[in-house]
Amino acid sequence: MERPERAAAALGAQPRANGCSGAAHGGLRNGYVRGLPAPDTQINHIVHNGGLYKRPFNEAFEETPMLVAVLTYVGYGVLTLFGYLRDFMRQWKIEKCQNAIEREEQKDFVPLYQDFENFYTRNLYMRIRDTWNRPICSVPGAKVDMMERVSHDYNWTFTYTGRVIKGVINMGSYNYLGFAQNDGTCQQAAAKVLSRYGAGVCSSRQEMGNLDKHEELEKLVARFLGVESAMAYGMGFATNSMNIPALVGKGCLILSDELNHASLVLGARLSGAAIRIFKHNNMQSLEKLLKDAIVHGQPRTRRPWKKILILVEGIYSMEGSIVRLPEVIALKKKYKSYLYLDEAHSIGALGPTGRGVVEYFGLNPEDVDVMMGTFTKSFGAAGGYIGGKKELIDYLRTHSHSAVYATSLSPPVVEQIITSMKCIMGEDGTTFGRECVQQLAENTRYFRRRLKEMGFIIYGNEDSPVVPLMLYMPAKIGAFGREMLKRNIGVVVVGFPATPIIESRARFCLSAAHTKEMLDTALKEINEVGDLLQLKYSRHRLVPLLDRPFDETTYEETED
Amino acid sequence: MDIKSMKNYLYWLYCQFELITCSYLMEPWEKVLFYTFNVSMLVMVAYTAYIFFPVHISTAFQFCLHLFGSQHENTVSVVK
Repeated sequence: MERPERAAAALGAQPRANGCSGAAHGGLRNGYVRGLPAPDTQINHIVHNGGLYKRPFNEAFEETPMLVAVLTYVGYGVLTLFGYLRDFMRQWKIEKCQNAIEREEQKDFVPLYQDFENFYTRNLYMRIRDTWNRPICSVPGAKVDMMERVSHDYNWTFTYTGRVIKGVINMGSYNYLGFAQNDGTCQQAAAKVLSRYGAGVCSSRQEMGNLDKHEELEKLVARFLGVESAMAYGMGFATNSMNIPALVGKGCLILSDELNHASLVLGARLSGAAIRIFKHNNMQSLEKLLKDAIVHGQPRTRRPWKKILILVEGIYSMEGSIVRLPEVIALKKKYKSYLYLDEAHSIGALGPTGRGVVEYFGLNPEDVDVMMGTFTKSFGAAGGYIGGKKELIDYLRTHSHSAVYATSLSPPVVEQIITSMKCIMGEDGTTFGRECVQQLAENTRYFRRRLKEMGFIIYGNEDSPVVPLMLYMPAKIGAFGREMLKRNIGVVVVGFPATPIIESRARFCLSAAHTKEMLDTALKEINEVGDLLQLKYSRHRLVPLLDRPFDETTYEETED
Repeated sequence: MDIKSMKNYLYWLYCQFELITCSYLMEPWEKVLFYTFNVSMLVMVAYTAYIFFPVHISTAFQFCLHLFGSQHENTVSVVK
């Protein structure tokens, strides 16, 4: 017990190069913050410190009511029993088996298709499959047209009726700033570029696929983010999963939030580095991991880790929570690790001028080592970027798989990004972009407030345009999606394995393109469906993230 | 009018039951199976209650009488 203590004290005694430290010793808001007893020693625990934040950080996760949790498990129990019954019938050929099975000659091999998630897909997901993958046949703006489809064999196959459901209010697309349009300046610019360059590039960036447009885009992105240099990739997912392996490798440590996106998880696993998971947005947990990593080093050999990389997201797409970036940065500086920030959802959607979570908290972009983000959401295009120091980007240009092997971005897509980004920056000479960002913030606040008033359980930060509404019970996932579509509103419902098994939810993504009337219509229908399906679980007992029970905090350890 | 709202309420209650037990998601034959099972369980419970409750209640009543001061009566009856 002594060793870690001394090491921590030694670290604490070092002068902290932390821009926030002046404010950090100020308002200690909650009981978690306890300094060392002697007044002359520097306080080395600044996490969960209200003074780091320049704006109120209201994030709440209401507890699941006990009765609801029990009933949810009852539902899953019934479905599981029937699943076993159906599997039994399929095995004995009482019922026709429609799912993938091993070929006759491979029957005695190790089974390919027989794990639990497959059981889930076959017996639970199949019953509500019609709620997902609904084909749309228009631009996914504020309103969208959907193709009507029916299933005659309980969702195993679908047939299209040929009819189109027109004017469905789109509450599901990540069209935060409303740039998913088929008219307007972006479309015109993209069309012009399309007629000049064509659609495909047919080569990678290192070969013949490096267009002047790409260079222009990267300069613009760097300027937008306020970083030295930036690089653009053709696919957002690959930006994460291919660049993390380029940055870290064996002998390095990745500290990853437990709710990180699959692309970050995949990238971390591909890299071969050791991965440790901290609890969602929980700075005590992160600090403990950092401290342990520095004190104990690598397992067995006890050599120090080569690099420590913290992986966090700006807005978590399933929880609607915003990363506690000021604290993460303070910790990163204190423990001299690197920070990889995935701004997939937050870029464009947060901050007074849409520059993401860094601007939202009023921080310096240089404090984040790797700024990653996507063009797929707020910019209504495709692809991803990485921004940071010039050395980092130059290194990635030669080492990243998605720079070397992937086909470069399609020119019209690049033009869409450039035009929309310039619009957000106000360089097109209008205030339209700025208004969009403000409109989104307004819509978010309004929508979240109204849903809360209605008595739904809403997760996440009050400024996050991702609004998860808790459904819990498996039958309600299907029922909610169907009932909402019946009322001409398209929603995204989410269940296991994207969420914990009992916390199924519907996820609304707000957009600047939503007008007040659309939101009011949507809210009215949500209210109605909420009454019909009894979704108003909230008892207004909010548990702020800080007071969620933690297994252990670092402070308890330093006290003994 | 009252009967209609009652009917609506019962239907709503049935919907809630379907949603909670997930029978909303079942195919018709599964529903039949599920409801047959449920109804038969319910009938059995009711039948058991009908058979055994009166006996149990009367014994309990006797026992209570025995406990709270009706001893006198009993002794008297014995004496007689």
